[in-house]
Amino acid sequence: MTATKGITASRLNLWYTKFRALTGVDLEIRHGLVTGLIGPSGCGKTTLLRCFNRINERIAGVRTEGKVEILGEDIYAPSVDLVELRRRVGMVFQRPNPLPLSVRDNVLFALRTHRSGGSLSRSEGDLAVEASLREVGVWEALRDRLDRRATELSLEQQQKLCIARLLPLQPEILLMDEPCSALDPSATQRVEELIRKLRGRYTIVIVTHNMAQARRVSDECIFMLLGEVIEHRRTEDVFLAPQDERTANYIEGRFG
Amino acid sequence: MAKGWSKTRAQVERAKERVIELAIAACGISAVVFVFAIIYFVFREAAPLLFGGLDIGQFLGSPEWYPDSVSNKRYGALALIAGTLSVTVLAMAIAVPFGLGAAIYVSEFSHGRTKEALKVVIELLAGVPSVVWGFIGLVVINPIIIDVFNTAVGLNVLNGAFLLGLMSVPIMVSIGEDALKAVPDTYREAAEAMGATKWQVTWRVLLPAARNGLLAAVLLGVGRAVGETMAVLMATGHAVHIPTSPLDSVRTMTATIAAELGETAKGSDHYRILFVLGALLFAITFVVNLVADVAIRGVRKR
Repeated sequence: MTATKGITASRLNLWYTKFRALTGVDLEIRHGLVTGLIGPSGCGKTTLLRCFNRINERIAGVRTEGKVEILGEDIYAPSVDLVELRRRVGMVFQRPNPLPLSVRDNVLFALRTHRSGGSLSRSEGDLAVEASLREVGVWEALRDRLDRRATELSLEQQQKLCIARLLPLQPEILLMDEPCSALDPSATQRVEELIRKLRGRYTIVIVTHNMAQARRVSDECIFMLLGEVIEHRRTEDVFLAPQDERTANYIEGRFG
Repeated sequence: MAKGWSKTRAQVERAKERVIELAIAACGISAVVFVFAIIYFVFREAAPLLFGGLDIGQFLGSPEWYPDSVSNKRYGALALIAGTLSVTVLAMAIAVPFGLGAAIYVSEFSHGRTKEALKVVIELLAGVPSVVWGFIGLVVINPIIIDVFNTAVGLNVLNGAFLLGLMSVPIMVSIGEDALKAVPDTYREAAEAMGATKWQVTWRVLLPAARNGLLAAVLLGVGRAVGETMAVLMATGHAVHIPTSPLDSVRTMTATIAAELGETAKGSDHYRILFVLGALLFAITFVVNLVADVAIRGVRKR
C-alpha cells in the first residue's frame, strides 16, 4: 500500500531569482507521522515546507525544479488544481494569522471557499464550527464569542483557531511553520499537546528552531543545512546517535 | 582658546536650528490660518443677509432663483442644490465602480510594469485642468449624447456626471490603493493557503479589511465632485431647474457662484446670497471630508 508515503520529493531544487535555496532535496515523509524539520536559520526548511502546498509561488522570482508527490500525486504537474491541493494540504504559519473576521467566519472561510456552488446552511456551519473548535480545545472558551473578531483573541487561541479552520476541509497533510514561536512556554506546551492529539490522523510536518520541541513532538526528524537534507531518521536516532558529523555538531549546539 | 571657539560655534548652530524650526512651524500653522481666514471671509460676506432677513425656508425649500428680478427678487436655492446633488450622485454611480475597480486592479492584480504605467497614467488624469474637461464635455460628449439619446441638447446632468466621474477616479484610485496596500500580506497568504482564489481573497478578506479606507476614498471623490466648478459650468446646460431625468439640464451651486458673482454689486443682496451658497457648499464639503477623515482613522478600533 502506498498510504505510508505521505510526501515524497525527488531532485527538488528551488531558486529565489538567483539564490539557490534548495539543492537536490530527496526525501520521503511517512503518512500519519509527525515529522520535524530542523536546521539553522536560512537552511531552507521553511522554503521546503512551502513547496508542499506551492505557496512559494506567491513570491515573484521563485523557480522550482524537480518533483513533489503528495499521497502519490505529482503536485507540480500542469493539471494540478491549486485550490484542491490547498484543501488537502493545510498550513499553519509562524505568526498566528486569523483573518480579520469573526471567529465563526474564520472557521467557515475555507469551507465556503471550496463550496462556490452550493451555499452552506446555518446548521451545517454551526456543526462544523463546534466540531473544529472542540478538536483544538477552544470550544468551551470561545462558544460565547463566536461573533468576536478573531484578531482580538489571545495569541494561543488565535493559533489554535488557525489550526481549527483547516479541519472542516478534512485535509490529509498539515504543514506547520514554527507554530509556537510567537507563544509563551505554557501556550507552547498546550499547542504541542494538540499536535500530538492530531498525530495519526494527519501527516504533520513541523518546522522548528527549537530542538527540544522537535524532540518532544516529532516521530521523525529531518536535519537540513544550506538547502540540503543531511539526515532523516527516527527522532530519537537523530538526537541520540546522529550519523552525520554536521548533525551531531548542530544538535550539540556547536553552531546554529 | 579652542574651547571658546567651539562654544560659539555650538551657539550659532543652536540659533540656526531654532530659526529653521520656527520657519517650519510657521509653514505648518499657515494651513490652519488660511482655512480659518477663508471661513471668516466667506461668512463675513454672507452674514448680513444670513442673519438679517434671509428666509432660510425659502432659500432651502424653493426652486425659484430670481436674483435679478426687478419687482420680486427670490432666492430659492433648491434647484441649485438639486443640480449639485443630481450631478454628484450620478457621477458617483459612474466613478465608484470604476475607481474602486481600478484600485483593486492596480493593488492586487497588476504587477511590475503594468502597475507602474497605470499609476502614472492615473496621476496624469488627475492633472487635467477642469476647463479642459469642460471643453471635452462641450465638444465631444455633447454631440454623442444628442446622437445616442436623441435629445435636443447634450449639456445636462449625464454629461456633467460623466466628467465629474472621470475627474474623481484618480483620487479614489490612489486612496483606495493605499487602503488595500495597508492590509497586511499575511491575510492574503492565509487565505490563499486555504485555497482561496485571488478574487475570493479580494472580495471576502481585503474589501472588508480595507472598508474604512475605501469609504474614505469614495468620500474624497464625492468632495471633489461637489466642489468642482468649471467643468460642470460648461457641461450641464446652465438651466435652473430641478431635474427629473439625467437628460435634463441643470445648474449647480458652484456654477451659479462662478457665473453670477462677477455681475453683482458688492454688498448687494444678490452678492451676499452667493456667499451664503458658498458657505453652504463649504459646510457640505467640510462634513464630507470630516467623515472621510474619521473613516480613514477607523471609527472602530482594530
